[in-house]
Amino acid sequence: MGSFLDDVNQRIDGVDIQNCYHCQKCTSGCPMAQVMDFKPNEIIRMVQAGRKDALLRSSAIWLCASCETCVTRCPNAVDIPRLIDVLREMSLEAGVVPQEREVVQFHESFLGTVKRGGRVNEPLMIVSFKIKTGTYFNDVIVGLKMFMKGKLSLFSPRTKNMQAIRRIFRSTAKS
Amino acid sequence: MDFSYYPGCSLHSTGKEYGQSVELVSEALGLKLHELNDWSCCGATSAHSTNFELSVALPARNLAIADQKGLDIMIPCAACYNRFKTAQHNLNHKEALRATITAGLDDNYSGKAAVRSPIEIFHQDIGLETLKSRVVKKLEGLKPVSYYGCLWLRPSDICDFEDAENPMMLDEIMTSLGAESRNWSFKTDCCGGSLTVSKSDLVEKMVGRLMRMAREAGANCLVTACPLCMANLDMRALGEDALPTFYFTELMALAMGLKGPQNWFGLHNFDPMPLIRSLQLL
Ligand code: SF4
Ligand code: SF4
Repeated sequence: MGSFLDDVNQRIDGVDIQNCYHCQKCTSGCPMAQVMDFKPNEIIRMVQAGRKDALLRSSAIWLCASCETCVTRCPNAVDIPRLIDVLREMSLEAGVVPQEREVVQFHESFLGTVKRGGRVNEPLMIVSFKIKTGTYFNDVIVGLKMFMKGKLSLFSPRTKNMQAIRRIFRSTAKS
Repeated sequence: MDFSYYPGCSLHSTGKEYGQSVELVSEALGLKLHELNDWSCCGATSAHSTNFELSVALPARNLAIADQKGLDIMIPCAACYNRFKTAQHNLNHKEALRATITAGLDDNYSGKAAVRSPIEIFHQDIGLETLKSRVVKKLEGLKPVSYYGCLWLRPSDICDFEDAENPMMLDEIMTSLGAESRNWSFKTDCCGGSLTVSKSDLVEKMVGRLMRMAREAGANCLVTACPLCMANLDMRALGEDALPTFYFTELMALAMGLKGPQNWFGLHNFDPMPLIRSLQLL
Protein backbone atom coordinates (compact mmCIF):
# COMPACT_ATOMS: atom_id res chain seq x y z
CA MET A 1 0.00 0.00 0.00
CA GLY A 2 1.27 3.45 -0.87
CA SER A 3 1.46 6.42 1.45
CA PHE A 4 -1.55 8.65 2.08
CA LEU A 5 0.02 11.20 -0.29
CA ASP A 6 0.40 8.56 -3.02
CA ASP A 7 -3.19 7.37 -2.61
CA VAL A 8 -4.51 10.91 -2.80
CA ASN A 9 -2.46 11.83 -5.88
CA GLN A 10 -3.51 8.65 -7.61
CA ARG A 11 -7.18 9.36 -7.03
CA ILE A 12 -6.87 13.01 -8.10
CA ASP A 13 -5.38 11.74 -11.36
CA GLY A 14 -4.15 15.19 -12.39
CA VAL A 15 -1.53 17.57 -11.01
CA ASP A 16 0.33 16.10 -8.01
CA ILE A 17 -0.17 18.16 -4.90
CA GLN A 18 3.58 18.35 -4.18
CA ASN A 19 3.60 21.10 -6.79
CA CYS A 20 2.20 23.40 -4.13
CA TYR A 21 4.82 25.85 -2.81
CA HIS A 22 2.53 27.21 -0.08
CA CYS A 23 2.11 30.74 -1.34
CA GLN A 24 -1.37 30.73 0.28
CA LYS A 25 -3.05 32.38 -2.66
CA CYS A 26 -5.75 29.69 -2.40
CA THR A 27 -6.49 30.45 1.23
CA SER A 28 -6.59 34.22 0.74
CA GLY A 29 -9.30 33.94 -1.89
CA CYS A 30 -11.31 31.15 -0.26
CA PRO A 31 -14.80 32.28 0.84
CA MET A 32 -14.94 29.50 3.44
CA ALA A 33 -11.43 29.73 4.94
CA GLN A 34 -12.68 31.68 7.95
CA VAL A 35 -14.99 28.90 9.09
CA MET A 36 -12.81 25.94 8.12
CA ASP A 37 -10.84 24.13 10.84
CA PHE A 38 -8.01 23.66 8.33
CA LYS A 39 -7.36 26.22 5.57
CA PRO A 40 -6.98 25.07 1.94
CA ASN A 41 -3.15 25.17 1.88
CA GLU A 42 -3.02 23.56 5.33
CA ILE A 43 -5.01 20.67 3.92
CA ILE A 44 -2.22 20.13 1.38
CA ARG A 45 0.44 20.28 4.09
CA MET A 46 -1.49 17.74 6.14
CA VAL A 47 -1.76 15.29 3.26
CA GLN A 48 2.00 15.64 2.81
CA ALA A 49 2.48 14.97 6.53
CA GLY A 50 0.23 11.90 6.41
CA ARG A 51 -2.39 13.28 8.81
CA LYS A 52 -5.18 11.22 7.32
CA ASP A 53 -7.44 10.77 10.34
CA ALA A 54 -7.54 14.45 11.25
CA LEU A 55 -8.40 15.35 7.65
CA LEU A 56 -11.12 12.77 7.19
CA ARG A 57 -12.73 14.00 10.41
CA SER A 58 -12.33 17.72 9.59
CA SER A 59 -15.16 20.16 9.03
CA ALA A 60 -13.20 21.81 6.22
CA ILE A 61 -13.79 19.03 3.72
CA TRP A 62 -17.57 19.50 4.00
CA LEU A 63 -17.55 23.30 4.25
CA CYS A 64 -15.74 23.84 0.95
CA ALA A 65 -18.35 25.39 -1.37
CA SER A 66 -16.69 23.97 -4.51
CA CYS A 67 -16.46 27.51 -5.85
CA GLU A 68 -13.25 26.62 -7.74
CA THR A 69 -11.60 29.96 -6.95
CA CYS A 70 -8.45 28.38 -5.48
CA VAL A 71 -7.66 26.12 -8.42
CA THR A 72 -8.31 28.93 -10.89
CA ARG A 73 -5.83 31.21 -9.09
CA CYS A 74 -3.20 28.66 -8.08
CA PRO A 75 0.10 29.37 -9.90
CA ASN A 76 0.77 25.63 -9.98
CA ALA A 77 -2.68 24.38 -11.03
CA VAL A 78 -3.08 22.38 -7.82
CA ASP A 79 -6.72 21.25 -7.86
CA ILE A 80 -7.84 21.70 -4.24
CA PRO A 81 -11.57 21.18 -4.87
CA ARG A 82 -10.77 17.87 -6.55
CA LEU A 83 -8.47 16.99 -3.62
CA ILE A 84 -11.31 17.84 -1.23
CA ASP A 85 -13.74 15.66 -3.19
CA VAL A 86 -11.24 12.80 -2.89
CA LEU A 87 -11.00 13.35 0.88
CA ARG A 88 -14.80 13.40 1.11
CA GLU A 89 -15.03 10.06 -0.67
CA MET A 90 -12.30 8.59 1.55
CA SER A 91 -14.10 9.86 4.62
CA LEU A 92 -17.39 8.26 3.55
CA GLU A 93 -15.64 5.01 2.63
CA ALA A 94 -13.96 4.89 6.04
CA GLY A 95 -17.35 5.35 7.71
CA VAL A 96 -16.25 8.46 9.60
CA VAL A 97 -19.10 10.31 11.33
CA PRO A 98 -18.81 13.70 9.63
CA GLN A 99 -18.59 16.89 11.67
CA GLU A 100 -20.92 18.59 9.23
CA ARG A 101 -23.55 15.90 9.24
CA GLU A 102 -26.28 17.93 7.65
CA VAL A 103 -24.13 18.62 4.58
CA VAL A 104 -23.71 14.89 4.02
CA GLN A 105 -27.40 14.25 4.72
CA PHE A 106 -28.27 16.86 2.11
CA HIS A 107 -26.17 15.08 -0.52
CA GLU A 108 -27.83 11.79 0.39
CA SER A 109 -31.35 13.27 0.09
CA PHE A 110 -30.46 14.87 -3.23
CA LEU A 111 -28.97 11.76 -4.81
CA GLY A 112 -31.75 9.59 -3.36
CA THR A 113 -34.25 11.71 -5.27
CA VAL A 114 -32.27 11.40 -8.52
CA LYS A 115 -32.02 7.65 -8.06
CA ARG A 116 -35.78 7.34 -7.62
CA GLY A 117 -37.01 9.71 -10.34
CA GLY A 118 -34.07 10.68 -12.54
CA ARG A 119 -34.72 14.35 -11.75
CA VAL A 120 -34.99 16.50 -8.64
CA ASN A 121 -38.06 18.41 -7.57
CA GLU A 122 -36.02 20.88 -5.53
CA PRO A 123 -38.57 22.50 -3.22
CA LEU A 124 -40.02 19.13 -2.34
CA MET A 125 -36.57 17.67 -1.74
CA ILE A 126 -35.51 20.65 0.41
CA VAL A 127 -38.64 20.66 2.53
CA SER A 128 -38.41 16.93 3.17
CA PHE A 129 -34.71 17.31 4.03
CA LYS A 130 -35.53 20.08 6.49
CA ILE A 131 -38.27 18.07 8.12
CA LYS A 132 -36.10 14.95 8.30
CA THR A 133 -33.23 16.77 9.95
CA GLY A 134 -35.56 18.86 12.11
CA THR A 135 -33.83 22.09 11.11
CA TYR A 136 -34.75 25.62 10.16
CA PHE A 137 -38.44 26.02 10.58
CA ASN A 138 -38.20 29.26 8.63
CA ASP A 139 -37.17 27.42 5.53
CA VAL A 140 -40.29 25.33 5.64
CA ILE A 141 -42.17 28.60 5.51
CA VAL A 142 -40.13 29.63 2.45
CA GLY A 143 -41.09 26.24 0.99
CA LEU A 144 -44.76 26.88 1.63
CA LYS A 145 -44.46 30.31 0.06
CA MET A 146 -43.00 28.74 -3.07
CA PHE A 147 -45.88 26.29 -3.09
CA MET A 148 -48.38 29.14 -3.02
CA LYS A 149 -46.56 30.82 -5.88
CA GLY A 150 -46.79 27.68 -8.00
CA LYS A 151 -43.08 26.84 -8.01
CA LEU A 152 -43.54 23.64 -6.11
CA SER A 153 -45.39 21.28 -8.34
CA LEU A 154 -46.05 17.85 -6.91
CA PHE A 155 -46.17 16.23 -10.32
CA SER A 156 -43.12 17.58 -12.15
CA PRO A 157 -42.14 15.23 -14.99
CA ARG A 158 -39.62 12.51 -14.24
CA THR A 159 -37.18 10.68 -16.47
CA LYS A 160 -39.00 7.88 -18.29
CA ASN A 161 -36.09 5.58 -18.92
CA MET A 162 -35.50 4.72 -15.27
CA GLN A 163 -33.69 1.55 -16.25
CA ALA A 164 -30.86 3.69 -17.61
CA ILE A 165 -30.72 5.70 -14.39
CA ARG A 166 -30.66 2.60 -12.22
CA ARG A 167 -27.89 1.17 -14.37
CA ILE A 168 -25.79 4.32 -13.84
CA PHE A 169 -26.23 4.14 -10.07
CA ARG A 170 -25.51 0.41 -9.98
CA SER A 171 -22.36 0.57 -12.09
CA THR A 172 -20.89 3.49 -10.11
CA ALA A 173 -21.89 2.23 -6.65
CA LYS A 174 -19.10 1.85 -4.09
CA SER A 175 -18.76 -1.69 -2.81
CA MET B 1 -30.24 28.76 -35.42
CA ASP B 2 -30.99 25.40 -33.80
CA PHE B 3 -29.77 24.26 -30.40
CA SER B 4 -30.24 21.25 -28.19
CA TYR B 5 -31.65 22.49 -24.89
CA TYR B 6 -31.05 21.13 -21.38
CA PRO B 7 -33.27 22.93 -18.85
CA GLY B 8 -32.15 20.86 -15.85
CA CYS B 9 -34.16 20.31 -12.68
CA SER B 10 -34.10 23.90 -11.35
CA LEU B 11 -35.73 25.41 -14.41
CA HIS B 12 -38.77 23.24 -13.79
CA SER B 13 -39.18 24.33 -10.17
CA THR B 14 -37.26 27.02 -8.24
CA GLY B 15 -36.00 28.62 -11.44
CA LYS B 16 -39.29 28.45 -13.35
CA GLU B 17 -39.16 32.12 -14.37
CA TYR B 18 -35.63 31.62 -15.71
CA GLY B 19 -36.69 28.67 -17.87
CA GLN B 20 -39.72 30.50 -19.24
CA SER B 21 -37.79 33.69 -19.97
CA VAL B 22 -34.90 31.88 -21.66
CA GLU B 23 -37.34 30.04 -23.90
CA LEU B 24 -39.38 33.13 -24.76
CA VAL B 25 -36.37 35.33 -25.50
CA SER B 26 -34.75 32.59 -27.59
CA GLU B 27 -37.87 32.22 -29.66
CA ALA B 28 -38.18 35.98 -30.16
CA LEU B 29 -34.57 36.08 -31.37
CA GLY B 30 -35.17 33.28 -33.85
CA LEU B 31 -33.47 30.45 -31.98
CA LYS B 32 -35.03 27.01 -32.11
CA LEU B 33 -34.52 25.03 -28.93
CA HIS B 34 -34.86 21.25 -28.99
CA GLU B 35 -35.24 19.93 -25.44
CA LEU B 36 -33.06 16.86 -24.91
CA ASN B 37 -35.21 13.78 -25.14
CA ASP B 38 -35.93 12.28 -21.70
CA TRP B 39 -33.02 14.10 -20.02
CA SER B 40 -31.99 13.37 -16.44
CA CYS B 41 -30.34 15.29 -13.57
CA CYS B 42 -26.65 16.28 -13.88
CA GLY B 43 -25.93 15.23 -10.28
CA ALA B 44 -24.94 18.76 -9.23
CA THR B 45 -22.68 19.30 -6.21
CA SER B 46 -23.99 16.23 -4.42
CA ALA B 47 -22.64 13.77 -7.00
CA HIS B 48 -19.14 15.22 -7.33
CA SER B 49 -18.84 15.59 -3.56
CA THR B 50 -19.50 11.94 -2.89
CA ASN B 51 -18.84 9.85 -6.01
CA PHE B 52 -16.60 10.94 -8.87
CA GLU B 53 -17.70 8.23 -11.32
CA LEU B 54 -21.36 9.04 -10.73
CA SER B 55 -20.63 12.75 -11.28
CA VAL B 56 -19.28 11.91 -14.74
CA ALA B 57 -21.84 9.23 -15.62
CA LEU B 58 -24.94 11.36 -14.95
CA PRO B 59 -24.01 14.16 -17.40
CA ALA B 60 -22.58 11.54 -19.78
CA ARG B 61 -26.05 10.10 -20.38
CA ASN B 62 -27.34 13.55 -21.40
CA LEU B 63 -24.25 14.34 -23.48
CA ALA B 64 -24.72 11.09 -25.39
CA ILE B 65 -28.38 11.96 -26.07
CA ALA B 66 -27.20 15.35 -27.38
CA ASP B 67 -24.49 13.76 -29.52
CA GLN B 68 -27.22 11.98 -31.53
CA LYS B 69 -28.55 15.34 -32.74
CA GLY B 70 -25.16 16.92 -33.33
CA LEU B 71 -26.30 20.41 -32.26
CA ASP B 72 -24.66 22.69 -29.66
CA ILE B 73 -26.39 22.35 -26.27
CA MET B 74 -27.72 25.47 -24.58
CA ILE B 75 -27.61 25.11 -20.78
CA PRO B 76 -29.04 28.07 -18.81
CA CYS B 77 -28.10 26.75 -15.34
CA ALA B 78 -24.51 27.54 -14.34
CA ALA B 79 -24.30 24.45 -12.12
CA CYS B 80 -25.47 22.08 -14.88
CA TYR B 81 -23.14 23.84 -17.36
CA ASN B 82 -20.21 23.26 -15.03
CA ARG B 83 -21.02 19.58 -14.49
CA PHE B 84 -21.47 18.97 -18.24
CA LYS B 85 -18.20 20.73 -19.08
CA THR B 86 -16.30 18.86 -16.37
CA ALA B 87 -17.73 15.48 -17.38
CA GLN B 88 -16.98 16.10 -21.04
CA HIS B 89 -13.43 17.15 -20.18
CA ASN B 90 -12.85 13.99 -18.14
CA LEU B 91 -14.43 11.69 -20.73
CA ASN B 92 -12.46 13.24 -23.57
CA HIS B 93 -9.13 13.12 -21.73
CA LYS B 94 -9.29 9.87 -19.74
CA GLU B 95 -9.60 6.81 -21.95
CA ALA B 96 -10.17 4.15 -19.31
CA LEU B 97 -12.84 6.23 -17.59
CA ARG B 98 -14.54 6.90 -20.91
CA ALA B 99 -14.59 3.19 -21.74
CA THR B 100 -16.24 2.13 -18.46
CA ILE B 101 -18.74 4.93 -18.31
CA THR B 102 -19.89 5.00 -21.90
CA ALA B 103 -20.28 1.19 -21.95
CA GLY B 104 -23.37 1.54 -19.75
CA LEU B 105 -25.12 4.16 -21.89
CA ASP B 106 -27.93 3.53 -24.37
CA ASP B 107 -26.63 6.13 -26.82
CA ASN B 108 -23.25 6.41 -28.43
CA TYR B 109 -21.05 9.10 -26.83
CA SER B 110 -18.85 11.00 -29.26
CA GLY B 111 -18.03 14.01 -27.06
CA LYS B 112 -18.66 16.41 -29.92
CA ALA B 113 -21.71 18.42 -28.84
CA ALA B 114 -20.51 21.83 -27.64
CA VAL B 115 -21.84 22.84 -24.21
CA ARG B 116 -22.85 26.51 -24.29
CA SER B 117 -24.28 29.24 -22.10
CA PRO B 118 -27.21 31.39 -23.20
CA ILE B 119 -25.18 34.43 -22.05
CA GLU B 120 -22.59 33.63 -24.69
CA ILE B 121 -25.14 32.65 -27.33
CA PHE B 122 -27.05 35.93 -26.97
CA HIS B 123 -23.88 38.01 -26.70
CA GLN B 124 -21.84 36.34 -29.46
CA ASP B 125 -24.14 34.46 -31.86
CA ILE B 126 -27.00 36.96 -31.78
CA GLY B 127 -24.78 39.96 -31.02
CA LEU B 128 -25.19 43.21 -29.15
CA GLU B 129 -26.18 45.22 -32.22
CA THR B 130 -29.11 42.90 -32.91
CA LEU B 131 -30.11 42.98 -29.25
CA LYS B 132 -30.07 46.77 -29.32
CA SER B 133 -32.24 46.84 -32.41
CA ARG B 134 -34.84 44.68 -30.65
CA VAL B 135 -35.24 46.96 -27.63
CA VAL B 136 -38.64 48.66 -27.52
CA LYS B 137 -38.44 49.82 -23.90
CA LYS B 138 -35.03 51.02 -22.74
CA LEU B 139 -34.34 50.01 -19.17
CA GLU B 140 -33.63 53.58 -18.13
CA GLY B 141 -33.00 54.09 -14.44
CA LEU B 142 -32.20 50.44 -13.84
CA LYS B 143 -28.72 50.18 -12.34
CA PRO B 144 -27.77 46.52 -12.11
CA VAL B 145 -24.53 44.99 -10.96
CA SER B 146 -23.88 41.80 -12.92
CA TYR B 147 -23.33 38.80 -10.71
CA TYR B 148 -21.68 35.85 -12.49
CA GLY B 149 -20.84 33.73 -9.45
CA CYS B 150 -18.60 30.67 -9.75
CA LEU B 151 -19.81 28.00 -12.04
CA TRP B 152 -19.84 29.63 -15.47
CA LEU B 153 -16.24 30.63 -15.00
CA ARG B 154 -14.23 28.21 -12.92
CA PRO B 155 -12.06 26.26 -13.36
CA SER B 156 -11.29 28.51 -16.30
CA ASP B 157 -9.49 25.92 -18.46
CA ILE B 158 -12.52 23.62 -18.34
CA CYS B 159 -15.32 26.21 -18.43
CA ASP B 160 -13.79 28.05 -21.36
CA PHE B 161 -16.22 30.93 -20.82
CA GLU B 162 -14.49 34.31 -20.62
CA ASP B 163 -12.07 36.20 -18.34
CA ALA B 164 -12.55 34.37 -15.04
CA GLU B 165 -11.67 37.41 -12.91
CA ASN B 166 -13.48 40.14 -14.83
CA PRO B 167 -16.18 38.76 -17.14
CA MET B 168 -18.11 41.42 -19.07
CA MET B 169 -20.76 39.75 -21.23
CA LEU B 170 -23.67 40.21 -18.82
CA ASP B 171 -22.66 43.83 -18.20
CA GLU B 172 -22.59 44.47 -21.94
CA ILE B 173 -25.96 42.82 -22.49
CA MET B 174 -27.41 45.08 -19.77
CA THR B 175 -25.90 48.16 -21.40
CA SER B 176 -27.36 47.20 -24.76
CA LEU B 177 -30.81 47.06 -23.12
CA GLY B 178 -30.40 50.66 -21.98
CA ALA B 179 -29.65 49.87 -18.33
CA GLU B 180 -26.85 51.62 -16.48
CA SER B 181 -24.60 48.69 -15.62
CA ARG B 182 -22.60 49.40 -12.44
CA ASN B 183 -19.04 48.27 -12.01
CA TRP B 184 -18.07 46.28 -8.92
CA SER B 185 -15.41 43.88 -7.69
CA PHE B 186 -17.67 41.10 -6.46
CA LYS B 187 -19.09 39.76 -9.71
CA THR B 188 -17.29 36.44 -9.39
CA ASP B 189 -17.47 35.95 -5.61
CA CYS B 190 -19.21 32.85 -4.29
CA CYS B 191 -22.79 33.04 -2.91
CA GLY B 192 -22.45 29.79 -0.97
CA GLY B 193 -24.12 27.59 -3.56
CA SER B 194 -25.92 24.52 -2.33
CA LEU B 195 -24.65 24.99 1.23
CA THR B 196 -27.71 27.23 1.43
CA VAL B 197 -29.79 24.24 2.50
CA SER B 198 -27.45 22.72 5.06
CA LYS B 199 -25.54 25.82 6.26
CA SER B 200 -28.07 28.63 5.86
CA ASP B 201 -26.41 30.94 8.41
CA LEU B 202 -23.12 30.96 6.48
CA VAL B 203 -24.86 31.70 3.23
CA GLU B 204 -26.81 34.57 4.79
CA LYS B 205 -23.50 36.22 5.68
CA MET B 206 -22.07 35.73 2.19
CA VAL B 207 -25.18 37.09 0.51
CA GLY B 208 -25.37 39.98 2.98
CA ARG B 209 -21.93 41.11 1.94
CA LEU B 210 -22.82 40.91 -1.75
CA MET B 211 -25.87 43.13 -1.13
CA ARG B 212 -23.83 45.71 0.79
CA MET B 213 -21.21 45.80 -1.96
CA ALA B 214 -23.88 46.14 -4.66
CA ARG B 215 -25.27 49.18 -2.81
CA GLU B 216 -21.75 50.54 -2.39
CA ALA B 217 -21.41 50.36 -6.19
CA GLY B 218 -24.56 52.45 -6.61
CA ALA B 219 -26.74 49.61 -7.87
CA ASN B 220 -30.49 49.33 -7.39
CA CYS B 221 -30.66 45.65 -8.35
CA LEU B 222 -28.57 42.59 -9.20
CA VAL B 223 -28.69 40.50 -12.33
CA THR B 224 -27.78 36.83 -12.49
CA ALA B 225 -27.78 33.84 -14.83
CA CYS B 226 -27.91 31.00 -12.31
CA PRO B 227 -30.92 29.54 -10.49
CA LEU B 228 -28.79 28.64 -7.47
CA CYS B 229 -27.37 32.18 -7.17
CA MET B 230 -30.89 33.52 -7.67
CA ALA B 231 -32.31 31.38 -4.87
CA ASN B 232 -29.60 32.61 -2.51
CA LEU B 233 -29.73 36.28 -3.48
CA ASP B 234 -33.52 36.31 -3.55
CA MET B 235 -34.16 34.42 -0.31
CA ARG B 236 -31.08 34.68 1.88
CA ALA B 237 -30.65 38.46 1.94
CA LEU B 238 -32.02 39.80 5.20
CA GLY B 239 -32.60 43.31 6.47
CA GLU B 240 -32.49 46.65 4.78
CA ASP B 241 -29.47 45.99 2.57
CA ALA B 242 -31.44 43.57 0.40
CA LEU B 243 -31.97 44.53 -3.25
CA PRO B 244 -34.10 42.81 -5.87
CA THR B 245 -32.40 40.31 -8.19
CA PHE B 246 -33.37 39.53 -11.79
CA TYR B 247 -32.51 36.81 -14.25
CA PHE B 248 -30.85 38.53 -17.20
CA THR B 249 -33.40 36.97 -19.55
CA GLU B 250 -36.29 38.50 -17.59
CA LEU B 251 -34.77 41.91 -18.27
CA MET B 252 -34.18 41.07 -21.93
CA ALA B 253 -37.85 40.15 -22.26
CA LEU B 254 -38.88 43.34 -20.47
CA ALA B 255 -36.79 45.52 -22.79
CA MET B 256 -37.97 43.62 -25.87
CA GLY B 257 -41.59 44.21 -24.86
CA LEU B 258 -42.40 40.50 -24.56
CA LYS B 259 -45.26 39.24 -22.43
CA GLY B 260 -44.21 37.48 -19.25
CA PRO B 261 -42.12 39.70 -16.97
CA GLN B 262 -45.02 40.68 -14.71
CA ASN B 263 -45.86 37.03 -14.00
CA TRP B 264 -42.24 36.09 -13.46
CA PHE B 265 -41.61 38.98 -11.07
CA GLY B 266 -44.57 37.69 -9.04
CA LEU B 267 -42.61 34.47 -8.46
CA HIS B 268 -39.69 36.26 -6.79
CA ASN B 269 -39.36 36.09 -3.03
CA PHE B 270 -38.11 39.71 -2.88
CA ASP B 271 -40.71 41.67 -4.83
CA PRO B 272 -39.05 43.73 -7.61
CA MET B 273 -42.30 45.43 -8.66
CA PRO B 274 -41.88 48.58 -6.51
CA LEU B 275 -38.58 49.28 -8.30
CA ILE B 276 -39.99 48.41 -11.72
CA ARG B 277 -43.03 50.63 -11.15
CA SER B 278 -41.01 53.54 -9.79
CA LEU B 279 -38.98 53.50 -13.02
CA GLN B 280 -42.15 53.13 -15.09
CA LEU B 281 -40.82 50.05 -16.83
CA LEU B 282 -44.18 48.30 -16.56
S1 SF4 C 1 -2.31 28.68 -4.38
FE1 SF4 C 1 -1.49 26.71 -5.10
S2 SF4 C 1 0.71 26.82 -4.71
FE2 SF4 C 1 -0.23 28.46 -3.51
S3 SF4 C 1 -0.58 27.52 -1.49
FE3 SF4 C 1 -2.46 27.23 -2.66
S4 SF4 C 1 -2.26 25.23 -3.64
FE4 SF4 C 1 -0.22 25.84 -2.93
S1 SF4 D 1 -13.20 25.49 -3.91
FE1 SF4 D 1 -13.38 25.16 -1.70
S2 SF4 D 1 -11.30 25.40 -0.92
FE2 SF4 D 1 -11.30 26.28 -2.98
S3 SF4 D 1 -11.68 28.47 -2.67
FE3 SF4 D 1 -13.69 27.50 -3.01
S4 SF4 D 1 -14.47 27.00 -0.96
FE4 SF4 D 1 -12.25 27.41 -0.76
